[in-house]
Amino acid sequence: MDINEIIKPENKVYGKSPILKDNILHYCPGCSHGVVHKVIAEVIDEMGIQDKTIGISPVGCSVFAYNYLDIDWQQAAHGRAPALATATKRLMPDKYVFTYQGDGDLASIGTAEVMHACNRGENIVIIFINNAIYGMTGGQMAPTTLLGQVTATTPYGRKAELNGYPLKITELIAQLEGTCYVTRQSVQNPAAVRKTKKAIRKAFENSMMHKGTSFVEVVSTCNSGWKIPPVQANKWMEENMFPFYPLGDMKDR
Amino acid sequence: MATQGAIVVDKERCKGCGVCVANCPTGAIALSHEVNGRGYNFLSLVNPEKCIGCANCATVCPDSVITVYRVKI
Repeated sequence: MDINEIIKPENKVYGKSPILKDNILHYCPGCSHGVVHKVIAEVIDEMGIQDKTIGISPVGCSVFAYNYLDIDWQQAAHGRAPALATATKRLMPDKYVFTYQGDGDLASIGTAEVMHACNRGENIVIIFINNAIYGMTGGQMAPTTLLGQVTATTPYGRKAELNGYPLKITELIAQLEGTCYVTRQSVQNPAAVRKTKKAIRKAFENSMMHKGTSFVEVVSTCNSGWKIPPVQANKWMEENMFPFYPLGDMKDR
Repeated sequence: MATQGAIVVDKERCKGCGVCVANCPTGAIALSHEVNGRGYNFLSLVNPEKCIGCANCATVCPDSVITVYRVKI
């Protein structure tokens, strides 16, 4: 069959979400941020909540998330997105409020904010992108960096006696009474993307049911920071990060 | 039931990361030898007859540059 006969509007099965703006993403080629942005856009579109969603963008690569998703945004000080989300949700309880944070933002400078927001059981969604590195500033060691992982500040690999151990913040948050849904997902292949989408949709639905905080970690790649090409970075993530950060739901009630 | 698919790539937005190529089950797509305005080897449908319209490439695309069409044959 001729290709021009297939390319017709009635045969379209998948395309760019209308929630995504036309701006070219500033992320590096193959960055997981783009996939997660797309998944959030699709969830918002399917739930029909474009005018009722408020995102809180962090400091880090994803600080520019407000350039790409056509919803209302606030930009928080470094690590303080859960505090801003708390205020936003309490003032406007009929809105869907979510934060979008990386591991440097959430697991390092913002540890106190995220712990207390989750412990209070704020009815917000926290989306946590864990790529085990500070991507924006050039690939320095983050709290989530694996033991032995080479970064700009650990050129011989992270050592436990010098740098401490990687922080499994999602496991810590799962123990808090205020959270209702804590899960860890990834976006390296189509099956994983669909699971992440399901998890984010569930988290958004939970935030309107007043059950507590929903926390979705997405194990991601930072191919520029890791100095690995995109496809190999996905393999490296499967081989090295998944054994330490196992995927799946930690809490669902 | 067999299906035939086709994709349209927004060449100027594509960054040539190749994640889509690695996730294509039939080998229908590859990165072009040409570059776009930003210097990236963009994605192209090199074997249109092999495309089944599964949308795997578009699902994993970080930049949402792929639109997928599918018909039953």
